[in-house]
Amino acid sequence: MPKLTVDGTEVEFEQGMTVLQACELGGAEIPRFCYHDRLSVAGNCRMCLVELEKAPKPIASCAFPAGDGMVIKTNSDSIKKARKGVMEFLLINHPLDCPICEQGGECDLQDQAMAFGFDKTRYEENKRAVPDKYMGPLINTIMTRCIQCTRCVRFATEIAGVEELGLVNRGESVEISSIEKAINSELSGNLIDVCPVGALTSKPYAFSSRPWELRKTPSIDVMDAVGSNIRVDSRGREVLRILPRLHEEINEEWIADKTRYAVDGLRRQRLDKPYVRVDGKLQAVSWDVALQTVVDKLKATSADRIGAVAGDTSDAESMFALKGLMNGLGVKSIDCRQEGAAVGGERGSYLFNTTIEGIESADAILLVGTDPRWEAPLVNARIRKRFLEGGMTVGGIGPSVDLTFQVDWFGTSASDLQAVLDGSSHFSSVLENAQNPMIIVGNGALIGDDGEAVLALAGDVAEKFGMIRDDWNGFNILHQAASRVAGLDMGFVPSENSLSAKQMAGALDVVYLLSADEMDMKGFENSFVIYQGHHGDAGAHGADVILPGAAYTEKNGTYVNLEGRAQLANMAGFPPGDAREDWTIIRALAGQLGVELGFDNLVELRQALVAAVPTMAAIDQIVPTAWAKPGKAGAVSGQAFDLTVTNYYMTDPISRASETMAECSDVFVNIGEPQATGTEG
Amino acid sequence: MIVTSRPALETGNFQLTGERRELADKIKLRYPEDRVASAIIPLLDLAQRENDGWLSKEAIDFVAQETGSASIRVYEVASFYTMFNLKPVGKHFIQVCRTTPCWLRGSDELTNKVKSKLGIEIGETTEDGEFTLIEVECLGACCNAPMVQINDDYFEDLTPEHLDKLLDDLKAGHDVSIGSQSGRIGSAPEGGPQTLLETKG
Repeated sequence: MPKLTVDGTEVEFEQGMTVLQACELGGAEIPRFCYHDRLSVAGNCRMCLVELEKAPKPIASCAFPAGDGMVIKTNSDSIKKARKGVMEFLLINHPLDCPICEQGGECDLQDQAMAFGFDKTRYEENKRAVPDKYMGPLINTIMTRCIQCTRCVRFATEIAGVEELGLVNRGESVEISSIEKAINSELSGNLIDVCPVGALTSKPYAFSSRPWELRKTPSIDVMDAVGSNIRVDSRGREVLRILPRLHEEINEEWIADKTRYAVDGLRRQRLDKPYVRVDGKLQAVSWDVALQTVVDKLKATSADRIGAVAGDTSDAESMFALKGLMNGLGVKSIDCRQEGAAVGGERGSYLFNTTIEGIESADAILLVGTDPRWEAPLVNARIRKRFLEGGMTVGGIGPSVDLTFQVDWFGTSASDLQAVLDGSSHFSSVLENAQNPMIIVGNGALIGDDGEAVLALAGDVAEKFGMIRDDWNGFNILHQAASRVAGLDMGFVPSENSLSAKQMAGALDVVYLLSADEMDMKGFENSFVIYQGHHGDAGAHGADVILPGAAYTEKNGTYVNLEGRAQLANMAGFPPGDAREDWTIIRALAGQLGVELGFDNLVELRQALVAAVPTMAAIDQIVPTAWAKPGKAGAVSGQAFDLTVTNYYMTDPISRASETMAECSDVFVNIGEPQATGTEG
Repeated sequence: MIVTSRPALETGNFQLTGERRELADKIKLRYPEDRVASAIIPLLDLAQRENDGWLSKEAIDFVAQETGSASIRVYEVASFYTMFNLKPVGKHFIQVCRTTPCWLRGSDELTNKVKSKLGIEIGETTEDGEFTLIEVECLGACCNAPMVQINDDYFEDLTPEHLDKLLDDLKAGHDVSIGSQSGRIGSAPEGGPQTLLETKG
C-alpha cells in the first residue's frame, strides 16, 4: 500500500483516498465544512487546507488525491494562519447571532471558529442579508447564516434523490434555494443534520431547548421495521427531538422524517389513566378496578372465545408476556399480523435475508408489491446508493411509484410473478444473468387471500434464479411493523384450528389488543375489547377496558428489525400519569388470574425470552439463518397488488397524533384536498 | 447523478417557434444523448429571445424539459449569468458599459443622459415598456469607448447627444446605424489612417 507522512508519522493509505482521508488515518484533525464522508466532494469552503511539501501554496485536502511519498503538515504555522484567514472570510457575512441561533452549542462553525479562528473581527463593513426560503413544514431556514457549503444541495440530489435544491445567483449574492417548494423527500430531515451551521434547522423543534439541557438516550426507532438507531433527546419526561445514531449496517447516519418528526405525537392523545366502559361511556377508574374487570371477564369466558393481537410497535418483552398469559389461559387465537400478511413459519422465510448492507452487493432486484420509499425509506436509500454505483437493474411488480431511481415496473399482479418464474417475462433473463439477484416482497403482495401462494411463488423464483446459495441469500420480506419479526420469532401466531387476526372479527367474545390500532374495530362491536396501549386511537375508541401502557421511548424493550437483528431500546422517560410499562401490566394480570409466567422482573423476563427464542440474545447481530421455503403453493389470482401504505406520514398511533405529521400529510400527500381552516364544524 | 423525483414542470404554453425550434434541435444533436444538459445555455438564449428578452418560469421549465434536467439546475445557470434576465425587460434593453476605459471616456454622462431622458433608474423599465437601463462590466469595445449595447447591437464612440438622438430614433422605430457613431470605420484611428500611409493605393 502507498504511504505518506502526516505531521512526521508515516501512514499507509488505500489508493484513491484523498489527502484529508489519509490525514485522518494518521490521526490528524482537519477542520471542514463542505466535505462530508457520504457526499460528493465540492471543495468550496477551503477550511481543510494543509501544507504539502514542495507545493507552492496550501492545498484543499478534501479534493486532493493522496499520493505515495507525500509529506503533509496539518499543524504548521502557515496552515494555522491560512485557516484563520479562511475562517475570517467565512465569517464576513455570517451574522454571529449564536445566542439566538438554534444551532448554538452543536454548530460546526461555532466550534471550528473557537478552535481555528481569530478571537476578534476586523470586518467593519455591512454584512449581507439573505431572505429566508420556504422549504416545507419540517425545515426552518435562516439563510443569512448560510456559508454556501452546498452540503444540502448534494444531499438532496445524491442521497435523497430529489433534485429540488440549488445554489442560485453568483458571487456575493449566491443563495441556496428550492424555488419556494417544500422538499418532497422522506429523508429531508437529514438536511438539518448535514447543515454545518444554523441555516437549516428543525421547524417543529424551533426554540424549544438547548442541546446541553437535554438528556440523550440511545434507542431504536419503531416507525418502520428497519430499526434505525436513534438518539432520544428529552428534558424531564418530555421527548423533544430524535436524532440519528451512526449504524453502518442499518441506517448509516440518516433517519427518515417520520422517525425524526413524529415525536410531538408522543405528547398528544395519550392514555394516562385506566378506563372501563360503563353504560356505553368510558370512565376513568383505578388500576385495581380495571384489572379486576379484565380478570373477571377473562375468567368468565372460555379460552376458545378469547383472542389476542399484538400491534406494530409492541416490544418483544410485552408480546412474550402476553403470549405467556394467553398460553396459561389456554388461548390459541393469538396473532401479531394485524393486516393479515401471509408471513410466518420458519425464520429463513420471513426475514430480509440479504440484509440492508447486503443490498450493496446485489446486481438485480425484483420488487413485488412494495413501495420501499414509503414502507422503509432507509432500505430505499440503500437501494438508491447501490443503483448509483451502476450495473444494477431494478424491476417491479405492483403500482408504479417513484422510488428516486429507475425501476422497470413491468407487472402488476401475481400472474406477472408467475411469468418471471416461467421465463416468459423479459425480467427472467435479467435475473438469470445477475450474479447476486434479490427479490423483495412487500405486504402489498401478501395481504390478499392468495398471500401464501404468492409467497410460495416468490420462494420458487428465488430458488430458480440462484438467489439461494451458500454465499448469498436474495430472498427478502419487507416488513412494515417494528414488532413483526420478534412476534414471528416467538411464535405470536395462531396455532392449528384457531383464528388469525383477520378471522377474529365477530368470532370472539373477548379480544385483547396490545397496542393494536390497525384492526377494523367494526368487527369487534359485539366483543369485549381490552385495549392496552399508549394512544387514544382506533383501538382505545372501541375498547371496553383501557389499560394505559408505555410508548417506545418510555420503556426498555427489545425490537427485532426486518433483517432479524435484535436491538435494545432504552427508556428515555417515564410514561405519563398512571400508565405503566407494558410487560408489568400483563404480569399483574397474570398474577391475579393465577397464571405462572415465570418472571417477576425485566431481567428474568429477558432470560425467559432468550431461553425461548435464542436469537434474541444476539444483540445487534445477524444470526445466520437457514433457507426455508416460504408460503404454501397454490393458485394465485390475477388481481393487481395494492400498496398498503397510503400516507407515509401517518401509519401508527404516534404519527397519527402528531401535528407535524398532519401538516406533512397536507403538504405532501393530500395535495389539492380541502384543508381544515380551524373554524369548520 | 440519476434523479427521478422532480417537481412537475409547468411549461404552460411556452414553445419555441419556427427557426428557433429547428436551431434548438440542431444544438441538442451536438451532444451525446446523456449529455444533453450541455445545451442548457444555448437553449436558454433561444428561449429568452422567444420570450421578449427575459426568462419566465415557464421558459426555464421548458429548457429543463428539453434537456432532461431538473428545473432548479436550469435556474442555477440562468441566475448565474448576467446575460439572462429573470424579470421582464423593455423592447430596447440598454446596457451601458461602465468599466474603466468607458468610465474614463464618460460613461457616467451616458448613464445620466438615459436616466434623465427616460425618467428611470438603473434596473428599471420605462412605463411604456420601450426601454430598460442597466450598467454592465466590460463589453470588449474599449477602443471605441464609451459605448452601450442595445439588444444585440453595439453603439460606440458615444456622446450624450448621440445617445439622445439614438433613443428618439429607436422609439420612433427609425433605422439606426450600429457601430461607431463618430464616423470612423471599426476601431480605425479618428481622422483616417495614421500609419503605413505610403502603401496607400
